[in-house]
Amino acid sequence: MYKASLLNEKFAILNKSLWLPIISVVLVIALWGAISQLGGLGKHVFPGPATVLLAFNELFNNGELIKHSVASLYRVTVGFYLAIFLGIPLGIVLGLNRTLSDMVDPVVQFLRPISPLAWIPLAMLWFGIGDKPAIFLIFLSSFFSLTMATTVAVKSINPIYFQVAANFNFNRAELLTKIIIPAITPDVITALRLTVAVAWLVVVAAEMIAVQSGLGYLILDSRNALRMDYVMVGMIVIGWIGLSLDLIMQKFSRVKWTAH
Amino acid sequence: MSFIQIKNITKNYTNRRRTKRSPGDASKAGELITVLDNINLEFEEGEMVCILGPSGCGKSTLLRIIAGFDTDFDGEVIIDGDKVGSASSEHIFVFQQNGLLPWMSVWDNVELGLRNMKDSEMKNEQIQEYIDLVELNGFEHNLPYQLSGGMQRRAELARALAVTPDILYLDEPFTGLDYFTHLKVREEVVNIHEYIGKTMIMVTHFIEDALVMADRIIILSDRPSCVKMTRKLDFSRPRNMNKNKDLGDLRDEIFLMLGVSYVA
Repeated sequence: MYKASLLNEKFAILNKSLWLPIISVVLVIALWGAISQLGGLGKHVFPGPATVLLAFNELFNNGELIKHSVASLYRVTVGFYLAIFLGIPLGIVLGLNRTLSDMVDPVVQFLRPISPLAWIPLAMLWFGIGDKPAIFLIFLSSFFSLTMATTVAVKSINPIYFQVAANFNFNRAELLTKIIIPAITPDVITALRLTVAVAWLVVVAAEMIAVQSGLGYLILDSRNALRMDYVMVGMIVIGWIGLSLDLIMQKFSRVKWTAH
Repeated sequence: MSFIQIKNITKNYTNRRRTKRSPGDASKAGELITVLDNINLEFEEGEMVCILGPSGCGKSTLLRIIAGFDTDFDGEVIIDGDKVGSASSEHIFVFQQNGLLPWMSVWDNVELGLRNMKDSEMKNEQIQEYIDLVELNGFEHNLPYQLSGGMQRRAELARALAVTPDILYLDEPFTGLDYFTHLKVREEVVNIHEYIGKTMIMVTHFIEDALVMADRIIILSDRPSCVKMTRKLDFSRPRNMNKNKDLGDLRDEIFLMLGVSYVA
């Protein structure tokens, strides 16, 4: 009885929400190693964890990994910020102006489901080779969703807040800074969190064309060199960065004025 | 001439729902529904008036029209000789619920009406004064969601009173409060009225509230609503319905008028 409770205490120290993920990660790596060893595909086609760890070490030490990660993050950042600075103000304007939103909304609705990747031919033709077409694709992947989410958020602001503003004679600037922006912040942050994930998905695809850097390029280039261990390193780093981006956005998404 | 004059107010709206409100309801989508039918009322300065009526009769609509929030109606609202065309910071509206801006602390909410004051020392003093008046000292920096329903309502009252408005509009201000808090906040509103003596127009469906609080009661009929009765209440405060027979009789009369024949 006493022993059992002591054991429970020991496990309690290792928080359940901490050790369960660790166990599953260890299991997945073990499974991965087992399949690569016993699958019969060979080390070059299906490298195991040890091989990939060596490749990671190699790419990290010669600076390739950091260079490509920075290139990808740079494109995502620029494209994403462009989408924020154009999409959110446009969304606010559309949310406030019924006539304008009735006109623009169908266009946004139509363009939104077109995959940003379908724009690749046009993007290359318009912007040539380099960072620009990739940034353009990131921008497209975020812009329409952000605009729409902002429009919806503005439209769903409780009308009481506008009446309070009218009652206390708010001018336009005060209406924007004291009512509209704080009211839409929670919804917009949720939208940002979703769009940054999509932007990160798109950057890898965009880098498989027209550029000579970035994690997408690293993967494509390694495939051409038949270095599947490098391909896997690229994939893992993409996963890490994507996860980190999401965690960062999650930190921001705790808006303090709601109860939950 | 009375302080507030309401002349021939008629309000229609187009029915947008396809379903009927009740089995006997003949209204169809697209049809014009009359909410307020030629309402004429006068309010004196400093008067506390309660507007009663069955739910959905348009009493809130009427209050919003008087306050200048709703300008799509026929007729005229004249306050102190001027026609009302929009909301004004001299006439503050206390909302049914969620009237506080949830992203601002109690202090910042109360500051809204005083934000253009030049002398910041005087401004801070005034904010504190009204927060103290509603007994929320110690909660200045709390956000609305951290307060109970009754405290939120009191904070909103403080915000409204801080601008020393000529008129206070109260739209069912006790909705959503538990019974005890309801009585406490009600008492507070009555005290504030005695203390500042400003005109207050309150919409409610609690007949007891109207009887305890009002200088005058106005009863609206069901939709399309018109003024069914107005009655001056010359009872001293604090009032007790169970001890004052006339007040109790009046309550029964109003209940009967609104279609409730048995009152426990």
